[in-house]
Amino acid sequence: MSETAIVIENLGKRYVIGKRKQGVDGMRHALEGVIRSPGAWLRSRREAKLRQVDFWALRHVDLSINQGEVVGIIGRNGAGKSTLLKLLSRITVPTEGRFRINGRAASLLEVGTGFHQELSGRENIFLNGAILGMTRVEIARKFDQIVEFSDIEDFLDTPVKRYSSGMYVRLAFAVAAHLEPEILIVDEVLAVGDAAFQAKCLGKMGEVAQDGRTVIFVSHNMEAIRSLCQRAILLDEGRVRADGEVENVVADYFARLSSSSARQLTGANGLVIEKVTLKNGEGQETRQLCPGEDLIVEISYNSPCRIELPYFLVIVEGIHGKCFTASMLLDGMRPEVLEGAGQLSCRFKGIPLLPQRYSISLSIREKAHQSEIWACKDALSFTVKTDLKSYGYKGDYLTHAPRSTSVVIPYVWELPDGTTVPVGLTIPREDSH
Amino acid sequence: MVTDNLPIKQMAPSGGFGTSSAGQLLIEAGRIEQQYWHDLWRYRELFFFLAWRDLLVRYKQTVVGVSWSIIRPLLTMLILTIVFGKLGKMPSGGLPYPLLVLCGMLPWNFFSTAISDSGNSMVANSSLISKIYFPRLIMGVSSVITSFVDFLISALLMVGLMFWYRFVPPVSALLLPLFTLLAFSASVGTGLWIAALMVKYRDFRFIVPFIVQFGLYLSPVGFQSSVVPGRFRLLYSLNPMVGIIDGFRWSLLGAQNSLYLPALTISIIEVAAILISGVLYFRRTERDFADVI
Repeated sequence: MSETAIVIENLGKRYVIGKRKQGVDGMRHALEGVIRSPGAWLRSRREAKLRQVDFWALRHVDLSINQGEVVGIIGRNGAGKSTLLKLLSRITVPTEGRFRINGRAASLLEVGTGFHQELSGRENIFLNGAILGMTRVEIARKFDQIVEFSDIEDFLDTPVKRYSSGMYVRLAFAVAAHLEPEILIVDEVLAVGDAAFQAKCLGKMGEVAQDGRTVIFVSHNMEAIRSLCQRAILLDEGRVRADGEVENVVADYFARLSSSSARQLTGANGLVIEKVTLKNGEGQETRQLCPGEDLIVEISYNSPCRIELPYFLVIVEGIHGKCFTASMLLDGMRPEVLEGAGQLSCRFKGIPLLPQRYSISLSIREKAHQSEIWACKDALSFTVKTDLKSYGYKGDYLTHAPRSTSVVIPYVWELPDGTTVPVGLTIPREDSH
Repeated sequence: MVTDNLPIKQMAPSGGFGTSSAGQLLIEAGRIEQQYWHDLWRYRELFFFLAWRDLLVRYKQTVVGVSWSIIRPLLTMLILTIVFGKLGKMPSGGLPYPLLVLCGMLPWNFFSTAISDSGNSMVANSSLISKIYFPRLIMGVSSVITSFVDFLISALLMVGLMFWYRFVPPVSALLLPLFTLLAFSASVGTGLWIAALMVKYRDFRFIVPFIVQFGLYLSPVGFQSSVVPGRFRLLYSLNPMVGIIDGFRWSLLGAQNSLYLPALTISIIEVAAILISGVLYFRRTERDFADVI
């Protein structure tokens, strides 16, 4: 019999935006205003209150999560995922509605919360553990395991400020990993660290899930969501739009992406990406392609400053995660300079993709530290649609195609009777039996 | 993946918030109060952990380390003795001036560092506030605990000084813990007020050192309360530290420093008011900390 671990009823969180925020000079202005002319000051406050803009980060959210479920929360940036986590973690209070938590819950919104640079690794383990809610006795009991997991035994007594970033993250995660709450709420903490570390984190979270604990996991990483979660919830503009099997919800997410175009975002140095367009091999703007066609991603930018030798990255992602990338970090074919208005495009030759939904993520980095000048995850989406039979597919389970691995590299079967059968997604065959 | 048939491992839950499996945590808009006091108890170790952290950090960063807690009051005492005692020729009622001054400095330093640190605590720990839950009251109070440790170390200096002057404290010294409690409460109350105000009005951080500086001259640290002319005595006693410092002097140094009861009564009432209102105001603004900070 599984009890409900979390019940959320009509939860809503409103933020107030507008000139009401005080800023650095708040008290001085407030005092000046009151002293000079109390009447005018009162009036101006009332007017300011009317001018306030309400922004509902989350509204009318009703959810019920059972004990032992592993739930992924997905949605684009600004959909309200972080707000939901903050509310469940009690960092902020709801404006409307309520929720019930059954059992011990712990949140991981960031690794290394409370770490102090001057203190040694040993001291920080205790400090971090205490902040996360463990008692001194518990921490002492798990101390050795934590040290082993993080692999920093030799550096236990050196100040953390001397640790490499990798060590720092390992230690921070090690403490958090030994929390053992009944309900675990995790934000995209897996975004830090190298690939090996991320694998370790995922592994640990998988263990936690296997133990029968409830996990709520927010991520943009569809692969992680698919591998860990049985259930996913899609948030968009503060509301629950989908809730159910991971595959379906992820597909819904991609579907929603296609209905909006890349928002104009301004990056560092004033770089503005005005438009991102998808075109097929013939140069026609489209959001629907056939396998084996060329895919052109066209970026129109406007750069007020001179940006030299930037790196462009174009990443194509599907429901299973990243499919393939065009990366100037690797190929080095960078433009000399970005100045004023211009256009850059990338043509993928013969996309070997099965009929599914995909999205394009973009990133522009500057030459010095490879720091991101501009990035937009899931800027655009497109679908690949076709009748696989026209590509020579004769199987009985073509309905599996939407869930199979997205990328198909041409391959050849060599059968026992000596025949060789090539299979691929290049150009549709004329003959279809 | 169906896990219905797998027995849930015998879990000893650790860390985090919420209640044991038997109970439920209910968070409702507009009705946050109930859990708070329960949480303060659950997170009680954090009071000392945060104080421990601040002390460790402070001593690791200074070259002199722990001795800073003794050197600073010693130096201040010397300066005040010279300025007020020798140059200003303030009467000391027959006692060695350094004793008088140090006795006044003990509660004053405690109070002033406590409210500065406590007032700053929210802003200084803003990353904690936005990332993890624990009752924020703990942060305000742990700063006072840190200052209290300093106070205890400086008290050792006082004991040393008493040995030096071969001075034996009277029986009333047994009442010292009560006055210490009063100073502690004053620090907590004022500290919480400042902490809450600092989050909302950042420029408050310029006002606090000003209050401390001003307060030093308005409080009987470098002088005795008896030098204050009669007609101003009551007005002067409105400063809550007057009652506290006089109390310290009376209990530790004897009857030469008579205890002016109205001052003490005013102090007690004011401290109680500041403490209660401080806690209430802090609680009311606390829920918006994470959104504003």
